[in-house]
Amino acid sequence: MTGQRLESGGTIRRDRPIAFRFDGATFTGFEGDTLASALLASGVSVMGRSFRYHRPRGLWGAWTEEPAALVDLSVGGRYEPNARATLVPLEPELEATSVNRWPGLRFDLGAFVDVLHPLFPAGFYYKTFMKPGWATWEESVRARAGLGRVNGEAGAPTRTARTAHCDVLVIGGGPAGLAAARAAAGGEARVMLVDDRPAFGGSLPLDAATIDGHNAEAWAAAVAADLATRPMVTLLPRTTAIGYFDHDLVALAERRPDGRERLWRVRARRVVLATGAIERPLVFPDNDRPGIMAASAALGYVWRHGVLPGADIVVVTNNGGAYQAARALAAAGARIKAIVDTRATPGVVDAVAEVIPGSIVTRTQGRLGIHHVEVAPLGGGRARTLACDLVAVSGGWNPSVHLFSQSGGKLRWDEAIAAFVPDRSVQNEQSVGAARGVFDLAACLEDGHVAGLAAAAATGHAARDPGMPRAQEGAPYRIEPFWFVPGTRRRQWIDRLNDVTVADVRLAARENFASVEHLKRYTTLGMGTDQGKTSNVNGLAVLAAATGRAIPDVGTTTFRPPTTPTSFAAFTALRRCALHAPTRRLPAHHAHARLGAVFDEYGGWQRPACYPRAGEDRAAAIRREAAHPRRAVGLFDASSLGKVEVTGPDAARFLDLMIYNAIGNLAPGRVRYALMLNENGKVFDDGVVARLGPERFLLSPSSSHTAGVVAALEEWRQCEYLDMKVRVEDVTAAWGTVAVTGPRAHAVLDKLETDIVPGPHMSVAEGTVLGALGRIARVSYTGEAGFEISVPAGRADALWDHLLALGEDEGIAPFGLEALMILRMEKGYILIGIDTDGNTEPQDLGMTGPLRAKTVDFVGRRSLLRPDSRRTDRLELVGLAVEGAEPIPGGAHVLAPGGRGERSIGHVSSSAFSPSLGRPVALAMVEGGRARQTAGERVAVFSRGTRVMARIVAPAFVDPEGARLRD
Amino acid sequence: MLLIACPFCGPRDETEFRCGGESHIARPGPAETVSDERWGDYLFNRANPKGVHLERWLHGHGCGQWFNVARDTVSHRVLAVYRMGDPPPKDLTP
Ligand SMILES: [Zn+2]
Repeated sequence: MTGQRLESGGTIRRDRPIAFRFDGATFTGFEGDTLASALLASGVSVMGRSFRYHRPRGLWGAWTEEPAALVDLSVGGRYEPNARATLVPLEPELEATSVNRWPGLRFDLGAFVDVLHPLFPAGFYYKTFMKPGWATWEESVRARAGLGRVNGEAGAPTRTARTAHCDVLVIGGGPAGLAAARAAAGGEARVMLVDDRPAFGGSLPLDAATIDGHNAEAWAAAVAADLATRPMVTLLPRTTAIGYFDHDLVALAERRPDGRERLWRVRARRVVLATGAIERPLVFPDNDRPGIMAASAALGYVWRHGVLPGADIVVVTNNGGAYQAARALAAAGARIKAIVDTRATPGVVDAVAEVIPGSIVTRTQGRLGIHHVEVAPLGGGRARTLACDLVAVSGGWNPSVHLFSQSGGKLRWDEAIAAFVPDRSVQNEQSVGAARGVFDLAACLEDGHVAGLAAAAATGHAARDPGMPRAQEGAPYRIEPFWFVPGTRRRQWIDRLNDVTVADVRLAARENFASVEHLKRYTTLGMGTDQGKTSNVNGLAVLAAATGRAIPDVGTTTFRPPTTPTSFAAFTALRRCALHAPTRRLPAHHAHARLGAVFDEYGGWQRPACYPRAGEDRAAAIRREAAHPRRAVGLFDASSLGKVEVTGPDAARFLDLMIYNAIGNLAPGRVRYALMLNENGKVFDDGVVARLGPERFLLSPSSSHTAGVVAALEEWRQCEYLDMKVRVEDVTAAWGTVAVTGPRAHAVLDKLETDIVPGPHMSVAEGTVLGALGRIARVSYTGEAGFEISVPAGRADALWDHLLALGEDEGIAPFGLEALMILRMEKGYILIGIDTDGNTEPQDLGMTGPLRAKTVDFVGRRSLLRPDSRRTDRLELVGLAVEGAEPIPGGAHVLAPGGRGERSIGHVSSSAFSPSLGRPVALAMVEGGRARQTAGERVAVFSRGTRVMARIVAPAFVDPEGARLRD
Repeated sequence: MLLIACPFCGPRDETEFRCGGESHIARPGPAETVSDERWGDYLFNRANPKGVHLERWLHGHGCGQWFNVARDTVSHRVLAVYRMGDPPPKDLTP
């Protein structure tokens, strides 16, 4: 193949040359070129290597159907791996590198695989890498596999995704789509027209016909220009519809002029699918050489880009469509050496070259290009050899039914055009034109026009008929199916990227991979970047022949979105880095920052892990902070702890049903520790419930679990207890809460400006703090006397600084979440999700009273009455008095003492070194834990090859009687 | 992606909602009178029909309200939307 630029023709700007680089060499193209057309015009014939055998690949297609011309692309500050050369608009500074070859494209050492191809049959991976196991092979196979390279850098900023609604969405801007949009837009309907090319018109630039007396391309431009002036119309060029989902939601990928992709989600009331058709290859021996191209692609390069892809052309076809391409190629200056037609009587009268009927190509020659083809009659007979540098192929046309199929519509095999067409429709869409097998231009215009009027009318908008666009009827499309050449030993290629041959498909069929979905996975047929657009139907036909079935009985594989490869960046849009998930900060965040706090994320919140002092590392800071509240007084920001108000005349009755512990008998002003279960009896969350008044409760769920608790309360309230007068409100963000805890906490509180007189441990009171609304609860998560002071969130910062100043004489010091985790562990206070799992029930935590005492059917009650809940070997919470100085890693196994073998009887759930005790402490969930604790069992704890001895003790290492709390 | 007409907000994208599964499941009780089998059936067994399915949905990223949806599990068409506590509409044809 030796392409050359023509003197005239095409929509390129010959006055605007663009220099670019490909594999290190500099080339020149023009504005309006694609990378593929510019390379073709420069005489480059090999643009890629196939995936499996590293065979040289030229251009088959000119647009989305191209399976193999992949490049890694750097342009305009962007990097894009595996871009298809046919879709890349030529831009200044563009640098492209071919993929899957080493050291170079023309000489690729990887191609040795091709010589050994008999060793790599269909299903090669499944046959070869099963023993001893895939894991053994994976690393070396992965290193060799793959096409383009990612450069390891974050991509350029992407664009935000858009959501749109319209009355009529027309997908495809060819003759049928333009006619549909023009008809639908005549009235008041909101119309969107999308097309994946930069300009509307579809195949019209390749058509010599006239529409309403105008040149076809000029008609398309005039219609698009008129639509652009209408306020009710949105035109989206360079936009591919990549998926059709439920209730007429269509996803679009728009390629902005700056090269970035933007995702659209469009909800349409009616959809017109004018997605056109894609030319099918013919399968014959050696049909994969560079220089073997779709006839329509060859025509496209001439008419769109002014590039003649070959000088001496052999056309091979099974239908009448290729004759028009032959005529156009001849008119552009090519010598048409012959038209090889598989049909015995083509019935074409005005061919531009010798027609060789009833024949097919039986061999091609040329390594990096083509120089000869051998042509022989189908029934056998003398072969002829023709010299050529391009073979233009047409195997007929496949309507692009991908979106229709994704919408749930069923396909039908149409014998007349030997292709699948839309049959039964499920959603509010209609296929028109070539997308439903109507190929004649005049018929396409009529089809689109009628559908456009009907779609607008169906949305209730009066349409104004602009009059049907008219063109002369062309010659009828005639095709005789031809699927492959029987009885040859030469390889006939079906999938040009993944290197699947007729022999591969037949082998798969012999090995009983007769289902089309199995065939696809076994041979990788259709799994290349064109997603089967060129290979699917040919593969089905070969499988049908091999299994003695008709093509419609074989069926098709599922057409999955996206219909064309779409970058992850488009789907991610702006949802990455800081925008991926909201950052939640404490209301006193800046006060912590001023103290030099180290922040970490805990359950979605940025919270201080610790407050290191000068010269202190993180571990030393945590040790100091965890010891301090036991000696003096500590200050902790508890604002992220959930605050959920439950109010109303039925609030107490409702909470008695929602919560494991009794709530109804809680006196106003009192606080109770409580568990919340799910209906399976499993512990869902824990926290304290404060009764602020007869009909007012305040729940404090775990920081990271508040949304889940509110959701559960709401579901029960709205779906089960509809008659109750109760209201649930998450007020977490409205309040800032600072905890003062330690033996000298009282002394600090005594100085606080407040009208609240704090009550005993587990009480709450409201009033004013620092002259504004406030609340003080006497609760503790450290095991020391504790006060939680809550003020409106905007005052938290001031309260924090104020308490630090007030407590200076008492030696007050802030502590972070890491120290709190040690303090609560020393006291045996659990953390939901760490010390419990999805199977933990209240009795496993030593809490059995409420089940015995309560009579209402609270959530989870019936589940706790099952025999399983009474088992004595359930995992139960215990403490581990660890021997030695090192803490045990969390997750370590507790081993059963003595006996044969060593069975795990549980695991360490929380573990730390206690600075106040000077030794490690741990909590564990152990089978029949409480009985073992009573017996004082000594067990081995195993982790990563080492074992440590520990004694099972009560889960409270500090002040088990709770005297310090009541201080 | 479904388009669901919230009875309080109007038609919204499925992403704003959460499906809570089959609706109209009566909670058995009092607990002492319910067999393990009956309780297990209530907890875990669902109808999973091919055709009309009555299910409850939450407009979580909207008004926060639960409501009922009658949906055809084959075509995914929403046949009816009605409030919690209301009986399903009659004559639901897919
Ligand atoms: Zn709503």
